[in-house]
Amino acid sequence: MGNVFVLAEHRQGALRDITFEMLAVAPAVARDLGGEVVVLLLGSGVDAMAEKIAGYGVKVLAVDDPLFENYNADLNQKALSALIDAHKPALVMVGQTAQGVDMAPALAVEKNLPFVADVIGLAVEDGALKATRQLYSGKVNALVAFKPADTYLVTVRESAFEAPDPSAAGSVEKVESPLKEDLDYRKFVEYIEAEVGDVDITQSEILVGVGRGLKEDKNLPLIEELAAAIKADLCGSRAAVDAGWLPHDRQVGTSGKAVKPKLYISLGISGAFQHVAGIKGAKTVVAINKDPEAPIFAVADYAIVDDLFKIVPKLAEKLKELKG
Amino acid sequence: MKTFVCIKYVPDTSEAEVKVNSEGTAVESSRFSFDINDADNYAVEEAVQIQEKNEGAVTVLSIGPKESEVMIRMAMAKGCDDAVRIEDARIAAFDPLMVAKVLAGAIKGQEFDLVLTGCMAADDGQMATGVALAEELGVPHAAMVKKVEILDGKVKVHRELEGGLMEVVEVTLPAVLTIQTGINEPRYAPIRGIRAAQKKELKVVNLDELGVAAGEVDADASKIVLEKLYIPEVVSSAEFIEGEPDEKAEKLASILVKGGLV
Repeated sequence: MGNVFVLAEHRQGALRDITFEMLAVAPAVARDLGGEVVVLLLGSGVDAMAEKIAGYGVKVLAVDDPLFENYNADLNQKALSALIDAHKPALVMVGQTAQGVDMAPALAVEKNLPFVADVIGLAVEDGALKATRQLYSGKVNALVAFKPADTYLVTVRESAFEAPDPSAAGSVEKVESPLKEDLDYRKFVEYIEAEVGDVDITQSEILVGVGRGLKEDKNLPLIEELAAAIKADLCGSRAAVDAGWLPHDRQVGTSGKAVKPKLYISLGISGAFQHVAGIKGAKTVVAINKDPEAPIFAVADYAIVDDLFKIVPKLAEKLKELKG
Repeated sequence: MKTFVCIKYVPDTSEAEVKVNSEGTAVESSRFSFDINDADNYAVEEAVQIQEKNEGAVTVLSIGPKESEVMIRMAMAKGCDDAVRIEDARIAAFDPLMVAKVLAGAIKGQEFDLVLTGCMAADDGQMATGVALAEELGVPHAAMVKKVEILDGKVKVHRELEGGLMEVVEVTLPAVLTIQTGINEPRYAPIRGIRAAQKKELKVVNLDELGVAAGEVDADASKIVLEKLYIPEVVSSAEFIEGEPDEKAEKLASILVKGGLV
């Protein structure tokens, strides 16, 4: 049996995209490992979610337990551990998400599983499972082979795969919860929603984004002048927000917001995948960065390789003139 | 409070051309400047702030070369009390599970309340070492922490989820927390701190001195094999605007205006 277990991810009652993205790669791997795809759904009141997943033509193994109402990494680890023992899958796939990174490495240690994190590619070559992952913020790829084992574990990068469309009807099987009781060493307390700022950048038509390349906040007026010339709102990468140049509600990327402007002008942003995931909805992307290898250029429509400080003042001036 | 903070010496490749050697086994890193990993810098600051509020001591742990001692001294200049640098070529450093075993070996047998790590290393970005370390130590953990509040016998943390949502959880102490960037404002080391740091203890140990069997953390022990490193082909369909800076700016402006984009 070479089944591939995909751990469904959900939060506040809704399935997260990574669940379906993993279904883009799981079937081929399962076929090559001689098994089938089984989606594990650990939740409380899971019926609707189970049906939705089954609509992708896969078998869903659902555990319905009030203990899973709010995500608890340790409860998930305990349940997965028991389900691995009971079903002996060849591969377990988990999202490289805030939930997944909080659980998978510990599971790998506990069960002594060969583990590769944040994979962007997964394939079986000559009977051996191999994963592709990235180093140095995407500047280097690594091909990693697993040594032979009964069960492998990977976490899969968000947005690395495109979710397939729903297909044939699959099946749902409910199994008894492997959990006996709640934990005394980790308790979920509450969710705190993101603060709402003065501008909702998810609704902006034009956005100017800044990153580490801005260097310091005294350079911000230069960018604001450009933004004002084209009635754009300002946003930034994680680096710009961490540095305190912009408030958190202006952060674009997986831990910030997903934006969908008709024009996104990126200034001094390298384009780490976490940021790029947030601008997938942008219609036109302009990237200005002095590093010709910056990954941001892979998603740009118009690109300038140069120091942003040599470009932005003239760009603002010319735009004012042309729009005058 | 006794805190360990684990830090990593990483190359800054944000604006550098990265090359892989012809065998595809290693990145040519000699031209890079190295410094503390970004998230680890926040972990150091958090450890020092916790120590300032709750008293106690902070020990820095790092696996790395002699040159990384500049970084370790800087952490001590900011207020960490002592440090252990682990250097041993036998460690399978590409596998976070092996790294976690080594770090656990440096902590086990000592009393501690907290272990802080950065939540991600800028070079290999696995986000795995801290959580694996917690499992090795047999203590609770929380990953991607954006706020730490020490309570009686436990710690309340905010975990940063996608979309800016925070998950508030409580875990009992001792615990491992992996710290997310932006949790605090890392301080600059004061001059007197830099002087004081020179007198603080920085122990250098190998696996044998640590009491960790090399056979448990080397490439043979690792369950993964790094087969090949390569530079990914960047497929860009972008129109690259060429010329002198002013020309480029003008061309871009006219593209944006003529295309009705602004």
